Amino acid sequence: MYQFSSKLKISAIALMVVGLIGIIIGFASAPSTEAEVAEILAHQESHGTHGEAHATKEVAHHDAHAEVAHENHHEGVKHDAHTVDAHETEAHAEGHSDHHLAHVLHQLQNRPWAAFYVALFFFTFVTIVVFAFLNIQRVAQAGWSIVLFRVMEGISGFLPYVSVIFIVFLVITAFHGNHLFVWMADGTVDPTSANYDELIANKQAWLNTPRWLISGIIYLVGWNVFRYLNRKYSLLQDNAGDLVNYYKNYKIGVAFLAFFIFTESMSVWDWIMGLDPHWFSTLFGWYVLATALVSALTVIAMVTVYLKSKGYLEVVNNSHLHDLAKFMFGFSIFWSYLWFAQFMLIWYADMPEETVYFVQRFDDYKFLFLGMIPLNFILPVLMLVNSDFKRIPQIVLGVGTIILVGHYIDVFVMIMPGTVGDQWGFGITEIASILFFLGLFIYAVFTTISKAPLIAKGNPFLHESEHFHY
Amino acid sequence: MSSHYEAPIREPLVLGEKSYHDITMDIVKPIEGKANKNWYIAFTIALIAFLWGVGCILYTIGTGIGVWGLNKNIGWAWDITNFVWWVGIGHAGTLISAVLLLFRQKWRMAINRSAEAMTIFAVFQAGLFPLIHMGRPWNGYWVLPIPNQFGSLWVNFNSPLLWDVFAISTYLSVSLVFWWTGLLPDFAMIRDRAVKPFQKKIYALLSFGWSGRAKDWQRFEEVSLVLAGLATPLVLSVHTIVSMDFATSINPGWHSTIFPPYFVAGAIFSGFAMVQTLLGIMRKVSNLESYITRLHVEYMNIVIMVTGGIVAVAYASEFFIAWYTGSPYENYTYMSIGAATGPYGWAFWSLILFNIAIPQLLWIQKVRRSFIMSFIISIAINIGMWFERFDIIAIVLSKGHLPSTWTRFEPTFVDVGVFVGTIGFFFVLFLLYARTFPVIAQAEVKTIMKSSGEHYKQLRDGKNEH
Repeated sequence: MYQFSSKLKISAIALMVVGLIGIIIGFASAPSTEAEVAEILAHQESHGTHGEAHATKEVAHHDAHAEVAHENHHEGVKHDAHTVDAHETEAHAEGHSDHHLAHVLHQLQNRPWAAFYVALFFFTFVTIVVFAFLNIQRVAQAGWSIVLFRVMEGISGFLPYVSVIFIVFLVITAFHGNHLFVWMADGTVDPTSANYDELIANKQAWLNTPRWLISGIIYLVGWNVFRYLNRKYSLLQDNAGDLVNYYKNYKIGVAFLAFFIFTESMSVWDWIMGLDPHWFSTLFGWYVLATALVSALTVIAMVTVYLKSKGYLEVVNNSHLHDLAKFMFGFSIFWSYLWFAQFMLIWYADMPEETVYFVQRFDDYKFLFLGMIPLNFILPVLMLVNSDFKRIPQIVLGVGTIILVGHYIDVFVMIMPGTVGDQWGFGITEIASILFFLGLFIYAVFTTISKAPLIAKGNPFLHESEHFHY
Repeated sequence: MSSHYEAPIREPLVLGEKSYHDITMDIVKPIEGKANKNWYIAFTIALIAFLWGVGCILYTIGTGIGVWGLNKNIGWAWDITNFVWWVGIGHAGTLISAVLLLFRQKWRMAINRSAEAMTIFAVFQAGLFPLIHMGRPWNGYWVLPIPNQFGSLWVNFNSPLLWDVFAISTYLSVSLVFWWTGLLPDFAMIRDRAVKPFQKKIYALLSFGWSGRAKDWQRFEEVSLVLAGLATPLVLSVHTIVSMDFATSINPGWHSTIFPPYFVAGAIFSGFAMVQTLLGIMRKVSNLESYITRLHVEYMNIVIMVTGGIVAVAYASEFFIAWYTGSPYENYTYMSIGAATGPYGWAFWSLILFNIAIPQLLWIQKVRRSFIMSFIISIAINIGMWFERFDIIAIVLSKGHLPSTWTRFEPTFVDVGVFVGTIGFFFVLFLLYARTFPVIAQAEVKTIMKSSGEHYKQLRDGKNEH
């Protein structure tokens, strides 16, 4: 049995407290009136370079938006010149009008929410995909990974915690607690409103708040039910004389994976693609899955290395680590493949209604957008292609950290442009959100791990896994 | 992986009380024996189909591409449909030999040789289409970036059709090398057994002097692993590039970012279906029931289910996003209400029936483990995946941006004849292969006999609990 060390527990709680304070500071320092925004903007202008960059950006934006509007008009889609950033076009044309101030106010108010959301989404998806990977291992009757099952189950133990926060977040968002989803704003589907957006109105069957909220709750509750059952039968199997629970879990795994492949795509459409409601990409659901999958494998490897270093996983040898690192390597390439496929196809065809997505990221997020390629692709490939390296815990930890940073940036660049636009930053509120979830993650995961023996001893493949050597 | 610890609940992969010698005998029997009447009948039919196809190809080249049913709006139809279909079929071979090797799937060993042969013969067929669908195939070599007397006029590297040239030719070469490397120990075995001087000579040439020393085996294993590691991204990229022939365009229905992984999933789906079809026959006619067992069939069916599920999610995504774009042009793409109710509704519904509905039967274990049902379902998927490519190509082109260009495609007998010809050619090659090549990698099967053979499993279960 694992003993949750008090040192680690206190660190986890400290992270949560520090994170929480930072999050509160983030919310408290967000402006609440347009006057404050005007002041902030004036301050930005006074800094020569930034002001200049800002102005250039604005022009670029305006061009891109005008083009889209033009194109859509040609195509016979009659709607206002709204684009990804639904409220931006006219505002920019008139410079810093009241409209613009209101827009920037929303963006600045969004910032602590978006920072919180990036971390929330990242941790939720990593956790659920760890659980998906556990089920893939079960269903595939893998013979190597049984000794890691309790680690994966422990990480999945974070799911209920993060799901509760997610559901609260969904409810707050649905009841206009923030402006993250522009399509939820009042009047977007009302033809008489100044806020009317015909494209969104046409998608009303999907983009409507009740449907969005209920679906979101169904995904999360559904995943939790599967996790609960899976864990229950896994523990029952430990002391069972037969394989009844094992077979039950096998079936639960199959059902979960079938459920997950659909709900994963749908949740990504709801929670990420919906932030840019004019934009669409068929690949997007799988692309986000790839991000979460690499991160999930990395997290499994890191928790394993930690537990092993504390002497809790005697039967785990460097062949197990080698296998995990191979997965990290392989799926880093897979992520890059999907990233490139999506980017290249949109770049190649250059259809304005899709290209705006990358134009905005190139204009406002260039450093992060391009920076994640070396982090997520080049470094992991170079470091993990060597099979000796894959067996060294320090290297796996090092590359794992790079991978996690890179994929956090990936989620950041997915969420921020549609919510805070060019008003993004990386400061207290962003860091605090990460720390809060990291603390909660450590607390929940190691609490779950400490509740059951570290070896799933009833599994029929355990013997193979214990003697696994590659 | 240490075989002594294999879990008792794993089912055996080699049935019966086989010794190493039995495996050899079972595998060389078709090569050392004489072909029976059925083989000659099948071969003759395939040969006639092939020759008919050659006639159609010569007729096309001699007369002009206008003998096909293409028109000025639908410039691609059966030609590229068949091309993508054949390339897709070819993918399962590499998947079985490379991806399943990376995942240490022992059941791969009984089927990899034939799957790779299938890959190579299918890529041959696929490779025909890019050549014969050209208006001026004799200028085909212009696709290669070779220095020339036109002021060194080169190709434009921006076209996915050029990427296709590189993808397919690389794929064929790597698959061929991978396959041949694996054949060396098996050819050597036939060489060592051959009594007729001519046969001995041939297999001595084919086996490159393989003598099976420890050092050779060590390098053999390393090369296999490296090639598997290279072939896996290759297999993904090849069909990705094929998918980009469509996805880089601006045609509604073609321009879709999901195409790369979705085409790959579809390729595995259709390729495995073809392996299932071929091995369903082969295990019977070549008496390989002990090696290609019910378990192999079930595992292949599970792969078919998984990739079929991925394809189903992709269809759902295509359908949803087509609506979600809000673009009226997306109402006529291959996955839309317009397609389901339009003039090609029958093709749309064939796709749904053969690819989505029928494979769901595989959820039932009885069906999954039934040879005859697996055979029938695999044929259905082969048909369904042909329709998928046809739908993507022809339905999308039949209703483009301008209603004044809306038209239909009707194949002529030449379109059909060329396709039939490639099927004939494929079977000519495959039937010849089945008589002259070791259809199961005996060297590999021998490595799992003691860990996964039925007889040895029984011995182990008798001796100790684990």
